[in-house]
Amino acid sequence: MAKIIVVTSGKGGVGKTTSSAAIGTGLALKGFKTAIIDFDVGLRNLDLIMGCERRVVYDFVNVINGEASLTQALIKDKRTKGLYILPASQTRDKDALTHEGVEKVLEEMSKDFDYIVCDSPAGIERGAQMALYFADVAIVATNPEVSSVRDSDRILGILQSKSRRAERGESPIEEHLLLTRYNPARVSEGEMLSVADVEEILAIPLLGVIPESESVLKASNQGTPVILDTDAAAGQAYADAVERLLGEERPLRFTDIQKKGFFKRLLGG
Amino acid sequence: MSDNDFRLKGSVVTTVLLEVRVPNVDQIELGLKEKISQVPQFFDQVPLIIDLNACINEVTLESMQVLIDRCRQLGLAVIGWRCAEDDIPSWRFDCPLPLLPNAKSRSISSKSEAPTPAKDPDVVIRTVVEEIEVSQPTKIITKPVRSGQQIYASGDLVVMSQVSAGAEVLAEGNIHVYGALRGRALAGVKGNAEARVFCKSLEAELVAIAGNFMLSDALQKIIWKDAAQVLLVDDTLEIAPL
Repeated sequence: MAKIIVVTSGKGGVGKTTSSAAIGTGLALKGFKTAIIDFDVGLRNLDLIMGCERRVVYDFVNVINGEASLTQALIKDKRTKGLYILPASQTRDKDALTHEGVEKVLEEMSKDFDYIVCDSPAGIERGAQMALYFADVAIVATNPEVSSVRDSDRILGILQSKSRRAERGESPIEEHLLLTRYNPARVSEGEMLSVADVEEILAIPLLGVIPESESVLKASNQGTPVILDTDAAAGQAYADAVERLLGEERPLRFTDIQKKGFFKRLLGG
Repeated sequence: MSDNDFRLKGSVVTTVLLEVRVPNVDQIELGLKEKISQVPQFFDQVPLIIDLNACINEVTLESMQVLIDRCRQLGLAVIGWRCAEDDIPSWRFDCPLPLLPNAKSRSISSKSEAPTPAKDPDVVIRTVVEEIEVSQPTKIITKPVRSGQQIYASGDLVVMSQVSAGAEVLAEGNIHVYGALRGRALAGVKGNAEARVFCKSLEAELVAIAGNFMLSDALQKIIWKDAAQVLLVDDTLEIAPL
């Protein structure tokens, strides 16, 4: 049985798809057969970030409607072994996601995969609720600013009350906080909330802190999950987060201001 | 059959007694409805015994059956009836419910006592209603109350965690928050001016007791991010340290 992980946030633009791509890839790199599903029907993005947009023939909605089989729709990642992408439909809307349909697809995939990463759309409506409904684990992507934190809090409430585990009275969804776009310099200037501030407000365990970095944007535009950029701080931070997700202990990195060395200053790096 | 299949044991169940003084079924139903509407949770499927000590001679099998049906429609679990031993009616065995013995302590004296206060009411369940006010259950929430969630307690409310900004907790009684109170807390929502709000760290958007409220701007000038209680003194909200 696969573990179903939802990457969610409430607010848009905080890094859900980037994080889904990075964490899904990270799990596959660790040897787990992993699928990433794009739940953002109508605003298909995951395939772009994963660099497989030209290979999309069938999508998630086709599988739900029985117009294509799972094997036809799943795109095998060319870089990472054991990684598959199930793209969203660009021509439909969220109403195409039915409870029974999503459940059927997830059940079928559960037999084959170790991890299923559900990339949630923004908001708290149907698409987001579908993405989180069947989850065992939730990764709540949050930016260090008040509106993102408030929306994350809201989505945590929905995880507690509207998920399948909640409705069946089973053990609750395992919740993890992933702080993205973190800029220690701006935190010290009081422009951003600190890790401690966000942890205090949301009161859930911290999975990782991803520093704000140009490498994230670059990786997105190239269609490469940022975790594959092992030189970049963001890539390393995602690798740490994956280790923690698998139960390993990793010290927190990239949360302090890095003093530029003499040569870096000289070279303006 | 082995001895392990069952065990016979004595057991005592708390029941409600419906003392019928005048067997006017419609009046009784009306009165019961009113009582039940005050504390519906308490009366839901509560075991009930119909006591006919005061009026057994006026009760027929038909009226008894109607009374049982009406009680059941109101959600009461009628389990039996009782009457004075000397007046057991001929329809005893036709009645679908068992005749239960009278409680020992009341014996015959209750029979002579019964008519005294029976000037007008058809039904007496006053004692029961008084008990209910004390036994209003406390609701305990162990997880954070998140933004957008609303919790209502008909008695006291205890939150073992935080109440997030954008969340709302309401109680007819007191509210205790053993974490930061960042959302809204409204105690005594049905007008109980004695209700209070207690919290470990007061950072609320709004606190209210019996409709008297205060917003975070005002709170910040008194106690902020510290343990506090909110109470009503002469119709004015008071914020006091804990």
